[in-house]
Amino acid sequence: MMKRILAMLHARNLEFMRDRSSLAWNLILPVLLVVGLAFAFGGENKSQYKVAVMADDLAANVQPATILHPILKTQYVTFYGVEDQQETIAKVSRHQVDMLLDLRTGENNYWVNSDAVGGYFMQQLLTASAGPEITKQAVTGKEIRYVDWVVPGILGMNIMFGCLFGVGYVIVRYRKSGYLKRVSATPLSSTEFLIAQILSRLLIVVVTTVVVFSGTNFFMDFRVEGRYLDLLIVLITGTFSLLALGLLVASRVTSEELAGGLLNMLTWPMMLLSGVWFSMEGAHPILQKIADISPLTHMLKAARSIMIDGQSLVGVSHHIGILLAMGLVFIVLGAWMFKWTSD
Amino acid sequence: MTEILQVRDLHKHYKDVKAVNGVSFTVKEGACFGLLGPNGAGKTTTIEVMEGISKPTSGEILYRGEPLGPTFRERAGIQFQSTALQDFLTVAEQLKLFGSFYPQGLPYDELIEVCALQNFLNRDASKLSGGQRQRLLLAIALVNDPDIVFLDEPTTGLDPQARLNFWDLVNKIKARNKTVLLTTHYMEEAYNLCDEIVIVDHGKIIAQGSPDKLLAEHFQDVIIELPQADFNTQAAAKIEYRILEKVQPVVQIITSDVNATLADLLSCQVSLSGLQVRARTLEDLFIELTGKELRA
Repeated sequence: MMKRILAMLHARNLEFMRDRSSLAWNLILPVLLVVGLAFAFGGENKSQYKVAVMADDLAANVQPATILHPILKTQYVTFYGVEDQQETIAKVSRHQVDMLLDLRTGENNYWVNSDAVGGYFMQQLLTASAGPEITKQAVTGKEIRYVDWVVPGILGMNIMFGCLFGVGYVIVRYRKSGYLKRVSATPLSSTEFLIAQILSRLLIVVVTTVVVFSGTNFFMDFRVEGRYLDLLIVLITGTFSLLALGLLVASRVTSEELAGGLLNMLTWPMMLLSGVWFSMEGAHPILQKIADISPLTHMLKAARSIMIDGQSLVGVSHHIGILLAMGLVFIVLGAWMFKWTSD
Repeated sequence: MTEILQVRDLHKHYKDVKAVNGVSFTVKEGACFGLLGPNGAGKTTTIEVMEGISKPTSGEILYRGEPLGPTFRERAGIQFQSTALQDFLTVAEQLKLFGSFYPQGLPYDELIEVCALQNFLNRDASKLSGGQRQRLLLAIALVNDPDIVFLDEPTTGLDPQARLNFWDLVNKIKARNKTVLLTTHYMEEAYNLCDEIVIVDHGKIIAQGSPDKLLAEHFQDVIIELPQADFNTQAAAKIEYRILEKVQPVVQIITSDVNATLADLLSCQVSLSGLQVRARTLEDLFIELTGKELRA
């Protein structure tokens, strides 16, 4: 069994490595995106200010309905409700949120990082507003550049496309061209074939992602607070889950056009809702629920928690668990539904 | 000869189409067995069910007296009518890949020699000519040193040289006492290679036996052909004939008594300088049994 799997794995790797244009595209695209975005945003802060608010009658992530303080009337500032004080303070320290206002009964505190441009302006606005007195709680911390935040998103997006199209589309192409039919006439079982496809793509995706990450990190010095090993484990589990999803899509489809449509239908919402380019924090709760169905969301949340918050593997274990569970469900369903031919 | 494969009352239906409709025959070990029929007759469906690629609607296939199982997959070699291989792999790598799927096989050197792959062993398999590609696909079908080899229209699209070359390869396989199951559109190919044939049409067998036996059963006559320009009205009134439309139309006379027909032609003062006499061929039999209408 191992001999057959390894032979198929080797052949698939050769096919990928010798397809120079595809290989180059897999390596160059993410580098171009990371470098382009780093230059485009150049570590500059966003133009609109963002203030987190804690209040007694606020549900998390809902725009305050009751005006508790005059500053909340300020235009061109996004106010949004939060529940977790410690998490939000950490974001203030990293310049991700300009200010945290705690307006709950008996609290009346605000947290601001005076080193941050946004923090400074919001503090001036708060002082100038004629509201009740609020006590300042100073926070310090190095700024998270946009590129630090977006790099897991870009790599995640590249992984997603690599997995879904690299397995999904390729298997459909193999089926349509009759290659699967030819293989089905040998003692190679469908399970062996699928294991080889997944292992091959897993290896390729992990190696190319590590190469791209290391290369860009060398020049841009990303903020990585957690352990690289934990990041690698997130990469492997996330990739596995996305590959299994690609396999599920490709299990029976015989038309490349249909496969392309189905894969686009999956990848586009994931790219928009999983937090590749911007945080879903403050987005409508329904959108956040939809985003949670996506393996990419959990992979990116886990990666950012490790890179930016310095979380350990235990701290992101719920994301890892979800990724593994999704991967197993997809792969079992995909293998069960798999057909060599269209007959 | 022992029976290596038995097909019993095979049916294969697709929605409203009865592609195979009650086919039964046996294939003897070491023989070359031909499955012939016009387009859409059910040849490929039959052979794919026999290969275990497709499941029958009803009926059974027995390999050495047992239903098809893992042993059959290890002992059978298959060359499909059209197939694709993985991109960017050389001929040698393709052989190695398929060879690794089997517990046993022919030594690579022998395989390369039998199928004459020496000259393009390190070439990308997607850059082969038609004949070279068919030889590679045959080598892949032989990689496990099979007892039975299925060849589904292996010479379709090949030029005459490549086709003759492929026939030599099939004869080499037969010489190794392998059983060959062949489908083809070329009656000459079937006549030269097959020990036994079945002709199927509309999913049913319409003739079965050795090519010579079938010809002897169906024809006791020969065909006399001569240019239409040499034929005259006197002969046309006396002799039954048909016109074969060509650039230079040919008169065909089917007769069981050549001497009498020639005497009639001479008595009508028909020139015999362009005359040819030929025996009936498998192609004549095929046309007679399956008709002349164009098939999809």
